[in-house]
Amino acid sequence: MKRGRTWLAAIPPYLWLALFFALPFLLVAKLSLSDTALAIPPYAPRLDWSRGVAGVMAFVRGLDLEAYARLPQDRIYVSAYASSLRIAALATAVLLVLGYPIAYGMSRFGPAARQALVMAVILPFWTSFLIRIYAWIAILKPAGLLNSLLAQVGLPPLQLLNSEAGVIIGLVYAYLPFMVLPLYAVLEKQDESLLEAAQDLGATRAGAFWQVTFPLSLRGVAAGALLCFIPMVGEFVIPDLLGGSETLMLGRTVWTEFFANRDWPAASAVAIVLLATLLAPILLFQRQQAKVLR
Amino acid sequence: MSAALNERRGVGAARSTFAPWEDPAARPLVSFQGVSKRFGDHQAVRGLSLDIYEREFFALLGPSGCGKTTLMRMLAGFEAPDEGQILLEGRDIARLPPHARPVHMMFQSYALFPHLSVAQNIAFGLKQQRLPKAEIAARVEEMLALVRLEGLQRRKPHELSGGQRQRVALARAIAPRPRILLLDEPLAALDRRLREETQFELMNLQHELGVTFMIVTHDQEEAMVVADRLAVMREGEVVQVGRPAQVYEAPADRYVAGFLGDVNLFEGRMEAQGAEGLRFASAEVPGGLLAAEGPQLAPGASAWLAVRPEKMGLHQEPPPEGANRMAGEVHDIGYLGDWTTYVVELSSGRRVKVARANASRQVERPVSWGDKVWLSFAPDSAVVLVR
Repeated sequence: MKRGRTWLAAIPPYLWLALFFALPFLLVAKLSLSDTALAIPPYAPRLDWSRGVAGVMAFVRGLDLEAYARLPQDRIYVSAYASSLRIAALATAVLLVLGYPIAYGMSRFGPAARQALVMAVILPFWTSFLIRIYAWIAILKPAGLLNSLLAQVGLPPLQLLNSEAGVIIGLVYAYLPFMVLPLYAVLEKQDESLLEAAQDLGATRAGAFWQVTFPLSLRGVAAGALLCFIPMVGEFVIPDLLGGSETLMLGRTVWTEFFANRDWPAASAVAIVLLATLLAPILLFQRQQAKVLR
Repeated sequence: MSAALNERRGVGAARSTFAPWEDPAARPLVSFQGVSKRFGDHQAVRGLSLDIYEREFFALLGPSGCGKTTLMRMLAGFEAPDEGQILLEGRDIARLPPHARPVHMMFQSYALFPHLSVAQNIAFGLKQQRLPKAEIAARVEEMLALVRLEGLQRRKPHELSGGQRQRVALARAIAPRPRILLLDEPLAALDRRLREETQFELMNLQHELGVTFMIVTHDQEEAMVVADRLAVMREGEVVQVGRPAQVYEAPADRYVAGFLGDVNLFEGRMEAQGAEGLRFASAEVPGGLLAAEGPQLAPGASAWLAVRPEKMGLHQEPPPEGANRMAGEVHDIGYLGDWTTYVVELSSGRRVKVARANASRQVERPVSWGDKVWLSFAPDSAVVLVR
């Protein structure tokens, strides 16, 4: 009886996953295999249940990989992929360089101060994401806060808004907590006596850091990097608001295909290819985690 | 007096030739001089002075919070003394950072690097010294053989047993050849049998390597087994330093007597000092107390006679009248196999411990619970304590 109940408890999460992940995913996959059509909704074939098995057969025959075949031919998709991956990778690198010292510093404080610092990292989430990104427009725009500050110290103005640099600034700002928190979680758990042992055996503070602290925090580095990199590749709002028309990223491409060009199959194919590309690092990460757990 | 006592009891004979602390010309390897350390309101170490000699196996013994760990951490460099000097071969190292001291420590938790293999752990200190690769490899091999871990060099710490981890920690700490090795409760995490084995291994290793060892422990048995000398600490001060047998047989005060082994204390008032020894009047012992030797005491001064349980006599018939005799009833019997401990309650309600070696398998009339018994001790078994 007990066994039966445990089994029942496993149903809701799977039901949830089936309903809100598997089903939408299958719909998108199906869309990516369709063709565009002048209709509402704007794709074909459509499944006609009234014709029974023949209808299903006709529907399956209508599916093809045309949308995928078009992707490498259109320069805009290729460069959108390339620049998305490049921008996300750059932002991830900046996040690591910036986030690691923050997380490390936090982990060196006493327990009470640490809690306050974790709060401080989470606090910005309590204001609307959009408002915070709009604030960056005010900071970065040609006659914005940053440039007037630069002018006051006699430096030339910077063109950051509507540039790749602007997008990276926005991404780094928005994703910093996702980098800091996993790093902090790993660093905070580290055994102080390991550092003492390293120093006792002749390592300087810096030597102890690079030989002990850093290698032992690689799990946090991987978690933080993937947690930031994956959503940043498909990020839409930040490139849209801070990158202007100059910056081409996948999120915008999907949006344009879907809403402006009404090319739903192409938009879906872009999304599926993106997912497939990101699956590789996710699986790699999971395997590494499993190895650590073992 | 204590040296004479040692000789008479024939203790410490095995290593009696090794006693640099008795040689006024010998220079200590480590010398704590008036060292104090305070943490907030807590005075961890107060004005402590202590000398440790080359090749010595020295034990710091005391209850938790007595300052022994702080003292060790100051020698390792993890804490700086507020006052005083710590000399290593005559040079003050109190302000040197840990990595600049030829002092290594084996941590209580072992603190093995979980991401490094056994060999890499052992090589860690050697790598910091930037030794040539071939020399590091040779030294690691040597260490693995020394602690009998050959064949395990590729294992990670989590793939080892507790005893194996302990040996890796030891090998890692001695590989760079420190001038002194500090061991912080090194055997606390091992089970009893392994602990006993390891105690002897540690002693042999120390003897073989000729490295000075300083061990911190709260386990008095462990300290007595391994150490050439031990220091008993209380509230940041050293109460007594000496060979284990010296401290056991001639404790400086009631605290040391009670901390190092079991002891029965009989309070008495000084009556007279004669040829037979020091005579005391006692409320608990009708025939009075008699100690063979002791300090000069004024008549009427109060003192305690400390008698170890194994030096108490247990009789089933009343012994002849005299000093150091008392009657009681058996309250508890603890059978340990090799020893039996009897707790005897005197008419005053006071309980006295008596230990008997179980020398033969058959006892004609075994002592049992509730039996009326008589206790005695010889005058030269008692130590007179004034504190």
